[in-house]
Amino acid sequence: MSELRFPINEYDHVIGPSDAPVTLVEYGDYQCPHCQAAWPEVELVLRHFGRGLCYAYRHFPISTVHPLAKPAAEAAEFAGAHGLFWEMHSAIYANGHQLSATTLFALAAQLGLDAAELRNALEQGTYAAKVEADFLGGIRSGVNGTPCFFVNGERLDGAYDAMALSSAIETAANDVPSNVVRIPVA
Amino acid sequence: MGEILQPGAKAPDFTAPVTPDQKLSLNDLKGRRVILAFYPADWSPVCGDQMSLYNMVLPEFRKHGAELLGISVDGAWCHQAYARANQFHFPLIADFHPKGEIAKSYGAYRDSEGVAERALFILDETGHVIWSYLSPMAVNPGADGILDALERMPRLETTDV
Repeated sequence: MSELRFPINEYDHVIGPSDAPVTLVEYGDYQCPHCQAAWPEVELVLRHFGRGLCYAYRHFPISTVHPLAKPAAEAAEFAGAHGLFWEMHSAIYANGHQLSATTLFALAAQLGLDAAELRNALEQGTYAAKVEADFLGGIRSGVNGTPCFFVNGERLDGAYDAMALSSAIETAANDVPSNVVRIPVA
Repeated sequence: MGEILQPGAKAPDFTAPVTPDQKLSLNDLKGRRVILAFYPADWSPVCGDQMSLYNMVLPEFRKHGAELLGISVDGAWCHQAYARANQFHFPLIADFHPKGEIAKSYGAYRDSEGVAERALFILDETGHVIWSYLSPMAVNPGADGILDALERMPRLETTDV
């Protein structure tokens, strides 16, 4: 029933070519244990499909339950502004079990990012609007929990391990007629 | 199980506990738009459960002048603990005694399991159903259907929220 209303665009953090036959969009929350479990699965899928897949990650912090989800998302955006989004993203998920404000600063420091600058960005909410826009866009697309995946724009209900994701991606790839010429959107 | 109430139907009134010592009547909300969200049970074992999600979307619902009421067959004490643990900022109605009476009146009671269905209703200012949706019990329906339906309603003349 639910479909992605906002296709991958220039504001997204993307891995893979924009003209890949299949797109995978994830809405995630850095403090959600299920999202933490999903990231290594996504990495396997990315490695498996290579240039056959275009993947985008969007923020969906359920702040009332996960108070650190929003600061973590803003910290990832801060790193992104310095060209280090995926490095920070992976580091946050890898340290999900011990997530704290201190952890966020330590991870940023490991990437060579300036602590005072990060503190300032979090206090000023420099990246809050981007995180909020991701969240609201997700709501309008029917995101109903995290992680929430869309394969070629359709919400995937059910399991999100590498096998389940791969099989959904393969099904979507086979749905595209081979005689259709794809025009890159971004 | 029959069918849930469809658009055009008059929404059955109810008076039921929202806290151990407070009751709420649907009639009290007359003149306002109301979202009734029936759900099977408090304490779903997932992070972004339906009520937590709606709690996050509350500002959007209120922009459309709509009040949200969650309803399940759980008792008022259970609701209170659940709402506190998740910092809900909307009332949870206890459809506890007689059990499921409100859900039954909306056609949203699952007799075999003794719980409310995952059913959504939007009521207009006159207390009529303008949109309803029955979700498979295991699927959190999200908030997109509600927001789409609210957007299709005529714009409110007043902006008192």
